[in-house]
Amino acid sequence: MEPVILLIIALAVLAVVVGGLLLLRPGRRTTRPPAPPPPSQPTGEGSTAVLEREAAPTLERAPPAPPAEPVAPPKPEIEVPPPSAGRLVRLRARLARSQNALGRTLLVLLSRDTLDDEAWEEIEDTLIGADIGVTVSREITEALRTRVQVLGARTPAQVRGLLREELLKQVSDGFAEDTDRGLRTAPHGTRPAVVMVVGVNGTGKTTTCGKLARVLVGDGRSVVLGAADTFRAAAADQLETWGARVGAQVVRKDEGADPASVAFDAVKRGVDGKVDTVIVDTAGRLHTKTGLMDELGKVKRVVEKQAAVDEVLLVLDATTGQNGMQQARVFAEVVNVTGIVLTKLDGTAKGGIVIAVQRELGVPVKLVGLGEGPDDLAPFEAEAFVDAIIGD
Amino acid sequence: MFETLSDRLTSVFSSLRSKGRLSEADINATAREIRIALLEADVALPVVKDFIAHVKERATGAEVSQALNPAQQVVKIVNEELIEILGGETRRIRFAKTPPTVVMLAGLQGAGKTTLAGKLARWLKGEGHTPLLVAADLQRPNAVQQLQVVGERAGVPVFAPEPGSGVGDPVAVARRSIEQARHAQHDVVIIDTAGRLGVDAEMMQQAVDIRDAVSPDEILFVVDAMVGQDAVNTAQAFMDGVGFDGVALTKLDGDARGGAALSVRHITGRPIMFASTGEKLEDFDLFHPDRMAGRILDMGDILTLIEQAEKAFDAEQAAKMTTKFASGEDFTLEDFLEQMMMIRKLGPIGNLLGMLPGMGQVRDQVSQIDDKDLDRVAAIIRSMTPYERANPKAINGSRRARIAAGSGTTVGEVGSLVTRFFEAQKMMRQMAGGMGLPGMPGGRRKAAKGKNAKTKKGKQRSGDPRKRAAAAKGAGDGQPTPDALPQGLPPGLGGGLPGGLPGQLPPGFQMPDLGKLQTRKKK
Repeated sequence: MEPVILLIIALAVLAVVVGGLLLLRPGRRTTRPPAPPPPSQPTGEGSTAVLEREAAPTLERAPPAPPAEPVAPPKPEIEVPPPSAGRLVRLRARLARSQNALGRTLLVLLSRDTLDDEAWEEIEDTLIGADIGVTVSREITEALRTRVQVLGARTPAQVRGLLREELLKQVSDGFAEDTDRGLRTAPHGTRPAVVMVVGVNGTGKTTTCGKLARVLVGDGRSVVLGAADTFRAAAADQLETWGARVGAQVVRKDEGADPASVAFDAVKRGVDGKVDTVIVDTAGRLHTKTGLMDELGKVKRVVEKQAAVDEVLLVLDATTGQNGMQQARVFAEVVNVTGIVLTKLDGTAKGGIVIAVQRELGVPVKLVGLGEGPDDLAPFEAEAFVDAIIGD
Repeated sequence: MFETLSDRLTSVFSSLRSKGRLSEADINATAREIRIALLEADVALPVVKDFIAHVKERATGAEVSQALNPAQQVVKIVNEELIEILGGETRRIRFAKTPPTVVMLAGLQGAGKTTLAGKLARWLKGEGHTPLLVAADLQRPNAVQQLQVVGERAGVPVFAPEPGSGVGDPVAVARRSIEQARHAQHDVVIIDTAGRLGVDAEMMQQAVDIRDAVSPDEILFVVDAMVGQDAVNTAQAFMDGVGFDGVALTKLDGDARGGAALSVRHITGRPIMFASTGEKLEDFDLFHPDRMAGRILDMGDILTLIEQAEKAFDAEQAAKMTTKFASGEDFTLEDFLEQMMMIRKLGPIGNLLGMLPGMGQVRDQVSQIDDKDLDRVAAIIRSMTPYERANPKAINGSRRARIAAGSGTTVGEVGSLVTRFFEAQKMMRQMAGGMGLPGMPGGRRKAAKGKNAKTKKGKQRSGDPRKRAAAAKGAGDGQPTPDALPQGLPPGLGGGLPGGLPGQLPPGFQMPDLGKLQTRKKK
């Protein structure tokens, strides 16, 4: 019996709230700034935007011929990871490994004499198969179709080229490759840069933290890792193992400790020790758990008492389907995500959901994870990503 | 983006409602919508195609029932079909004739194998078994420690002879664990293996080696509910690589629609055996195909909503509310605030509203609502004095101005909140009366228990049953009730929520799914 009554009460309460909001919205909306921040400005805060210009992005965009070789890594204690440049070469090889099926399908389709409705639908299906989502896939297909008709493209190579262009437009629209996708990890004077890593369970946050620390150490930075994942069993140990490999300090507390306090101490250690970058690993949390999301908001607020949070990286797993959008939306609302890390791209999954995420939230993908190896983290490159989706 | 299948189908059918039989054109029109709905739920494309072909076949010529409109009819077929596929063959763990029974877990990285191992061990222990956890994930840094901690929490011993983090041979560990289990009289062995990709031949070979070394009685493929189109590739790769006998679906406590469940079931034919629904070790259950079907179709998961509510709501407070409600006492702003805070605990309000069926029409507006709006309402109420909360009628102009200043809102907002509150109060009073209607058996039972329900009951039961049925039917036809379940609208509910908030609320607020709810309670 109780549930029925509770439900009725709940509905009544919701009715009041929702009814009122719908009523009041129009008036209030106008006073609010437009919801999605303009994509050219990744963070809402002006201060970080200014700082960004002063501090050059650490991770080189790694063009085919890197213009400036990063500073030769000094010798940290344990291992010297290779610098971040030049990783894209391996990324290509990895991506090419398993993605052929899709490319082949497309090739067969495009090499037909006439592209009929069925063929177009199959092209759309292929895009959907990469988790791009129905709406975006349909848009891309429609745009492509129009262009093919206008330009009178006939050969498969031409059509394929157009498809690639369309996709590329979707992936890179609104982001300048160099400025928006770089990580702000350079210290501000005496204060360290702070990077927070967030995401749902099992997407690879701790691994990403470890790899990122390696990249930074490889580029000659000093790094402190904050093990603010005090929930999952042995998460701090896992991070410590990563830290030990590259000789980065790890700040940790007992399991069940307040993650905000761990993050605070990590940043404090960073400030005191004049460290360049502090990376805070947080516990995985499903975006539907309000309590945990509030906790995450607290972690960020507490960190901000000492130093500005330069980057909040949302880790998305390439296998994630349409739910990724939902996740990104909630995380962005709570902690103002500034970049996305797409992990597990070494499998068969393509992670097409990031297209929708980039578009709706205006948050660029900054890094990609390509496997379990310690150096399998690379800067995101739109062209390589698109090539992976349509196959070479 | 958030449209439910029912909403889409309703728009397709709006012009064809009068037809008596589903024609081929109707079905083709719906097939496309079903396709999109399934794809948005992350059901893999090949599976969607097969599935739709199947539904088409079944729907062709199906007679339109009197109670359901064509859209509902199609949804009903799809729903039944989904339940059939998802639940066609459910079974428990097969225990070996001679112990130990060996259960091996396999899956992608981050699917939740180690946590699931702990949950499974705890569950088996509860069933009277003596499980042994085996740490054969020697790949990921500190996976062994994680399993040890999980084992400790579950009160189950862990066999972990190797330190892990890249050291040791998982095959040897698995082999020795069987000896250990025999020696220490454990009747179930749960082997946690490293996460691996379907395309990683080397790691897949390792899984095969572990399998051959221990010849497990059950291999469970662990997959998380958020996985997208890749579910097919991965499931197929594991099926071909190491093979599996059952599936465990994890992270069902999120809001992913979980189409992967259907994909995996369809591609491999293996049953989904377990569902993991939370971070705690006890959040683990056998799989419910009917709920999953509703979830994939986004039909509003009232059952889950209620379960969450039961978890989040303070039992004492709930009991208090129930008595209050049943005794017909006035619902004050204080109660309202309490309830609102409880609701907040359930999760982001947008998700919550999404779970209610029939919210389709106002989805756009709903998606703009966030928890801050709830906070704002709470701020208004908290700026009132206790006297005002108990007697909202006393709130006059000057009080309103004070409250607005105190809560940082405008006088208009305060005023409209109070007005809406009166409407809700009226509505609830009417519903308290409605609880005596015969259409709601649950309500009647309760009313019989309550002291002052007698008079109400006698009076209201004498209503014209035909009239009520007509009202219910009218409600059923006039609006896209998403629960196109066989029973349609339970009678007596159509008018259950009299238009307390005319024009603002979706018809879904007439709570179409209570019939289902009661069947559950009877169990």
